[in-house]
Parts: sequence; structure tokens; C-alpha cells
Amino acid sequence: MDIELQLTVENLLARYVHALDDDRLEDWPGFFVEQGRYRITTAENHERKLPLPIIYADSRAMLRDRVSALRHANIYEAQRYRHAVSSTLVERIDAQTVSAISNFQVVRIMHTGESLVFASGRYLDRVRLNGKEPQFEEKVVVLDSRSVDTLLAIPL
Amino acid sequence: MSAVPEVRVWPAEGITRVPYWVYQDESVYRREQERIYRGATWNFLGLEAELPEPGDYKTTFVGEMPVVVTRDLSGILRCFENRCAHRGALLCLKTRGKAKEIACVYHNWTYDLAGNLTGVAFRRGVKGQGGMPDDARPESEAPRKLRVESFSGLMFATASDATPAFEQYVGAEVAARIRRVMKEPVRLLGGYTQVLPSNWKLYFENVKDTYHASLLHLFFSTFRLNRLEQKGGVIVGGDGGSHVSFTMMRTDAGGDEYERAGMRSVAGGYRLEAPQMLDSVDEHGDGMTLQILTVFPGFVLQQIMNSLAVRQVLPKGVHGTELVWTAFGYAGDDERMTERRLKQANLIGPAGYISLEDGAATGFVQRGVAGASARASVVEMGGRSVGSNESRVTETSVRGLWQQYRKHMAL
Repeated sequence: MDIELQLTVENLLARYVHALDDDRLEDWPGFFVEQGRYRITTAENHERKLPLPIIYADSRAMLRDRVSALRHANIYEAQRYRHAVSSTLVERIDAQTVSAISNFQVVRIMHTGESLVFASGRYLDRVRLNGKEPQFEEKVVVLDSRSVDTLLAIPL
Repeated sequence: MSAVPEVRVWPAEGITRVPYWVYQDESVYRREQERIYRGATWNFLGLEAELPEPGDYKTTFVGEMPVVVTRDLSGILRCFENRCAHRGALLCLKTRGKAKEIACVYHNWTYDLAGNLTGVAFRRGVKGQGGMPDDARPESEAPRKLRVESFSGLMFATASDATPAFEQYVGAEVAARIRRVMKEPVRLLGGYTQVLPSNWKLYFENVKDTYHASLLHLFFSTFRLNRLEQKGGVIVGGDGGSHVSFTMMRTDAGGDEYERAGMRSVAGGYRLEAPQMLDSVDEHGDGMTLQILTVFPGFVLQQIMNSLAVRQVLPKGVHGTELVWTAFGYAGDDERMTERRLKQANLIGPAGYISLEDGAATGFVQRGVAGASARASVVEMGGRSVGSNESRVTETSVRGLWQQYRKHMAL
């Protein structure tokens, strides 16, 4: 196993989830390359090869729009996430690119104190290594369940 | 402590007042199951496109009653209760599948795809021992069969013989607006479920409430995407429980002219960096950018630009609702059109730019009225009557819902 490669990807994932959980949403698009793709779907759609996304962006600009809408337009109650990412399997595609599959769980903590296992699933990632600054070329979030409680505002 | 159950009386003002107990009482909820869902109403089951071939089936619900929907071996759509005649176990456990017959896993009683009991395991016993008496009628508690009507590829079921034909039930104007969207064979794009922390009626009111749209959903106004300021109207159909609200846009070249205009007007405001998401094609040729349509008690058909979807509203107890979304395009869509629909899927669903608030807002009412069952909400925007209207600053279609609801419930 290429330990350095493994740690590179795990470190990217760790920085990614800390940014989301610390409410640094403005940093989120920077984890993607300029034409990076981000998609949330369900395992059911994924397995049936149905393309419907819950969130879909194919550029950093679209990700910035999502953050801008969350900050200035969309209305939702104060809430935070706590991500746990594990079992990352890394596979090299070429000198510059790797694919990675990880498990994740997200606990959603409402301002009222209510904590709920909000989401679980897999990250299907394609990472460009870019020397010291690896970034996602593509991140597909596959939710285990077809159901989402109330609303999904903060990205996963 | 009062041991006397409260007698619920609708406020004297009629449909301009909605008493909060209607979202809270277990007895009201039970009565709805009997009088609405198992009464003379058309309940949405899904798209015909979900069952393309003979033998295809899906499971869903009519109110709380689990049902199986099949395309039988001769191609006819069927709907029957998902309950074995023997001990009441679910007959079908999977969400969807393909079968020639259906067998209950508990004691292997078998059914054809129309819901007829066709076999009772060991009915004559084994080696002369056991079995049922000769005069037994195992089919006497057979699963209830529902009448199915497919209208423009949308499947509905009713448990009552008294329900009028679907087109009569929704009215000619609403029926025409269904045909407008379901104009050609559809292609499924996928689905998901949104779990709402509120009584089903709060969501159904919300989707009929044209007044809230520009006030709660600030996406378009924040980014100065003023298409929703354009001409529109509300049509109320059937007994009041069906409606269409629609918005017309100015005819433009179909390119990004509108977005550029939008961006120019945003001095000091916010703007989208990638407004291409909203690039739309006027595929119905009538300039209508948005059409939201409902059929009592739980169906929504949505055209938001090029995002097409149906939503099934399922009651899950007094305080909970599931909203089952299925998005679709047309079988003839090219790749660009599919991509456009998928981009615009960002507008809908639990993370939708113009819909995510609805998941929470109905819950705010459910929580807000927790101590106010004897009080009522005020529904007087746009007057006190039920009727079609050119303004969308009206609650006419909400009043229509309560008109039909009260009739079914005898409340």
C-alpha cells in the first residue's frame, strides 16, 4: 500500500469535513478544481442508474452560488453537522489522479439540542493530486437512504 | 383533569378559519383515513412509466393503507391492499419488482396480479390430516381491490364506488393543465423522499398557498431573478380541492438575455455566478415558466422551468408526512435537455433553492400551535370565497382545500 497516498487522501477528506462542520462554507468550493463536479444522490437512484441529484454542481462557481444562497437567500433553522469519515479505500488512476471510496455518517445538531443521525453513505471521490494541494475533480455523495429529514441545507 | 372528550366544532366563519385541532387530533386523523383516503377520492399511486411491462409491481400507500400496484399479465393496471386474506401479513415486501404471482411469505397463500386469492397451502391437508373444512371460504377476508384510473400516464386509485371519473373529479380546466405537462411519454429521472415534521394538511395547504411563494422563498428575489414577478393566476377545480397556479414569463430569445438583464439590475446586491442553471426552453410553447397543480388529497404535479416532477403526499401519523418526489423528463429528450433538467433539479426537493423552506415552514406551524388547539388560522387573503383568480396574492386555493375537506369529513 502507498501510505503517503493514503494519508494524502485521508487528510483532504479530514480538512473537507472540518470546514463543513466548522461552518466555513466559504472554504468549501476551494476543495474542488475549477470545473469540479459535486453531486448528492441516493443509493436507490445510483443503483437504478437514474440520474436525479439532490444537489448538483459542475463548477466551483455553482458551489459558490450554493453557499451564497445558504447565506443570503434560503431560510432554515440554525443547525450544525458532525461528520465521521472512515474506511477510505484509495486506488491510483494515473500519476495525477486517484479514486477513493469512503464511508461517512453525519449527525445533525439542531439549535434546540436535538441530535439525529441525519445521513449515512459513501463518498465516491476522484482526486487530482496537484502536488501539495490535492482537490476533488468529482465528489459523488451516495446516501444510503432515499429519505431526508425535513431539509438538506448544509452540504454533505 | 377533564375526562370528557372535547367536541370539535368548526368555527362559525367557515372556510376562512382553520381550527388548529384539525392538525392535532388523533380522532380527526382516524376519520380522515376512513372518509378521505378510503372514501370517494382519487389517490396518487405513481407514474405508469414505473410499471412499463406486464408483471411489474410497486408497493405504496393509500393514506395509511399499504397497497400493491401491478401491471397484470394482460397489461391492465391493478391496485389492491397489501394484506394477506389469511392473517393480514404484507403480501409484497419490496418497493418494486417483477412477478407472475404473489405469495405471502408467512403461510404461502398465493395471489394473481389482480389480487385474487389463487392458492391456500395445504388446503386439503397432508395425507388426509389437517387442512381446511370443506365449506371454508378463505377468500372472505381477501385484500380490498381498488379501482384504478390512469390519466395521462398518472396512476390513481379509489376505494369507493361513488368516486366520479377522474376528469370530472378534478374539473376540465385542471385536467387540461395535467395534459399540458404529461404531453408525451415520460422518462423517469429518479426520486427521493422528504420526511416532513408536520401533519399532511399543512404541506398540502403550503403547496396550494400562492401567497407565500415570493415571501418565504427568497432565492429568486435575492438574486434579482424576477421572472416570478410576471403574469400568472390561480385556477380552482373540482370541489375546490384541486388547483393550478401558474406564472408566465416574458417571451425572450431563450438564451441568457434574461440572466444578463437580471445581473445588470443587481447593483449592490447578490448575483449568481452560474445563472446558466436557469437557462430554460419553452417546451410547451405557451410561455409558462411555472405551473404547480394539486389534486385532493395528496397529489402534486410540478413544472418549474424545465424541472418536471410529481409529489405524493403520504400521511404518517398526526404529526408526520412523507413527501415522495419522482422527477421525470420526456422519452424524446436529448442529452442537453436531460442535463438542463438535472441542473434545475437544484431548485426542488429537500435541498431545493425554492423548496427547501417548505420542509421546515410546515413544521413551524405544527410546533407553533401546540398549545392552541381551540384557536384557528386566518385565511382571508384574496377574499372569503373559492374561485379562480388572476392574482396570486390570494388564499383561494387554500380555502378550496378546506371546502372539499369539510365535505368529505362532514365537519
